[in-house]
Amino acid sequence: MSGVLIVAEQVDSNVSKPTLELLTLARRLGEPVAVVFGETDDAITKTLGEYGATRVVFVADSSATEYLVAPKAEALGQIAASVDPVAILISSTPEGKEIAGRLAVKLESGLITDATDIAADGTTTQSVFAGNWTVTAAVTHGIPVVTVKPNAVTPELAPTEPAISEAEVSISDAARTAHIVSSEPKESSGRPELTEAAVVVSGGRGTGGNFAAIEELADLLGGAVGASRAAVDAGWYPYAYQIGQTGKTVSPQLYIAAGISGAIQHRAGMQTSKAIVAVNKDAEAPIFALADLGIVGDLHKVLGSVIAEIKQRKM
Amino acid sequence: MKIVVLAKYVPDATAERTFASDGTVDRTASAGLLSELDEYAVEQALQIAEDRDDVEVVIMTLGGEDAADAIKRALQMGASAAIHIIDDAVHGSDALATSLVLAAAIKKAGPDLVICGMASTDGTMGVIPAMIAERLGWPAATLGATLSVTEDRLMIRRDTDVASLMIEASLPAIVSVTDQSGEARYPSMKGILAAKKKPVESWTLADLGIDAAAVGLDAAWTKVLQTTPRPPKEQGRVVGDEDGAGSAALVEFLAAGKYI
Repeated sequence: MSGVLIVAEQVDSNVSKPTLELLTLARRLGEPVAVVFGETDDAITKTLGEYGATRVVFVADSSATEYLVAPKAEALGQIAASVDPVAILISSTPEGKEIAGRLAVKLESGLITDATDIAADGTTTQSVFAGNWTVTAAVTHGIPVVTVKPNAVTPELAPTEPAISEAEVSISDAARTAHIVSSEPKESSGRPELTEAAVVVSGGRGTGGNFAAIEELADLLGGAVGASRAAVDAGWYPYAYQIGQTGKTVSPQLYIAAGISGAIQHRAGMQTSKAIVAVNKDAEAPIFALADLGIVGDLHKVLGSVIAEIKQRKM
Repeated sequence: MKIVVLAKYVPDATAERTFASDGTVDRTASAGLLSELDEYAVEQALQIAEDRDDVEVVIMTLGGEDAADAIKRALQMGASAAIHIIDDAVHGSDALATSLVLAAAIKKAGPDLVICGMASTDGTMGVIPAMIAERLGWPAATLGATLSVTEDRLMIRRDTDVASLMIEASLPAIVSVTDQSGEARYPSMKGILAAKKKPVESWTLADLGIDAAAVGLDAAWTKVLQTTPRPPKEQGRVVGDEDGAGSAALVEFLAAGKYI
């Protein structure tokens, strides 16, 4: 059976949930071959094997962490040349998309980004124009390079004993030009990853800069906190939590938008959520057109009462 | 120093956006404009030009006749000149062919620095800067929340989910900047008047030495199979919050979904 190259993303000393999703999708197309940038690691191999990776290729070259994007793309190009995969799947992160773009040029292959699904025949599904259209497409030339959005599929266990190898790659000087001179780690919020969370509670202009109720409700529901661009631009919440066209796209089971009017740029990032609740003072806010439940009222008052009630029930 | 800013003409995101019968974006259905995210790139170029006295800011746009509107806007903001790459054969090009044309045009223009937005607001792929860099063999410092430039080097800050990176590269280089890089200016009356006299060159594929058969819909390495509008969402329940009715409804909703 033919190999399908996937690029594993690491988080907290193992691989990310979107990586497991890539493995599950890759099994539809062939045998998953996972590429990991880093030293050989038993825990990572074990996880990748549990989700169906038949091969794990470690790339320990330090260029991948010292320089932006290009060394990873070059290494993957060389691995692709030896594996000859039927497709290459990469997570739709900013870095993942740039790697994919460079790979497509190197391999003279068609590129599809931000797929929300991929079928056994390689047909992809994408949600475009702020989630207002669904597009199916396929790569018609070369090895399909596809980046996949988080939550495209539920990861499925498919235990295998992967073959482990360390790839000998040679990274050119041309790929070592955007030098990462420093890296300042960000403080973790301790909440679920925004793009992976089942529940997202978001605040916008209507919070007036006070996210206390947003955070407390998110914590009571085991969810993540998001913010609209207006709230981020006002300096009320960090950019990493921005939902919308220029931030994250989320598709949780439940999305609660508090004090967010629902401009097209915001809807682009949350329109495909399964259930949507909106709390807003303005009865005319466009967000209500998307909401399964809309509450016209002051968000601090509404969320305050909801938080009190949930706490009461939990006692 | 010569700076080229890539500026795309896109359909207005706040209008109804649709597809043409050949599966490409319908660029005639509503008026287009300069992609909002490219305004940040123009702004960064203009700021560099203000800090130094030897900077020429050239707008580069690949698109049809209407795309002149995007060029006009960028010139009104303060750019010095523009290059409009216009050729019917380009219609329907994928990201591969788009990057091929732009890379050839950049080579011909010979800038020290290319500044791009983080993504277009229509295709939203965010891959063109990386693809151009790959073709030119230039450094690519992408997704800068800040950008600073000296005589022969540049530095950006790139914020990821887990870290804030400082990235340095030598010129010539290509960078992209995010919407965090600083609000884009509005054209002044003086800028609007001055824009009318600024030079706009037209380049065709032949000027770039690119075979028309290498680009366009037929040469695309991806094929759109189907485009389907998202079915309109059924109107949900909207309640007021008189006497706490709203919070009660939300608690009930959360309980029904077993969130609490």
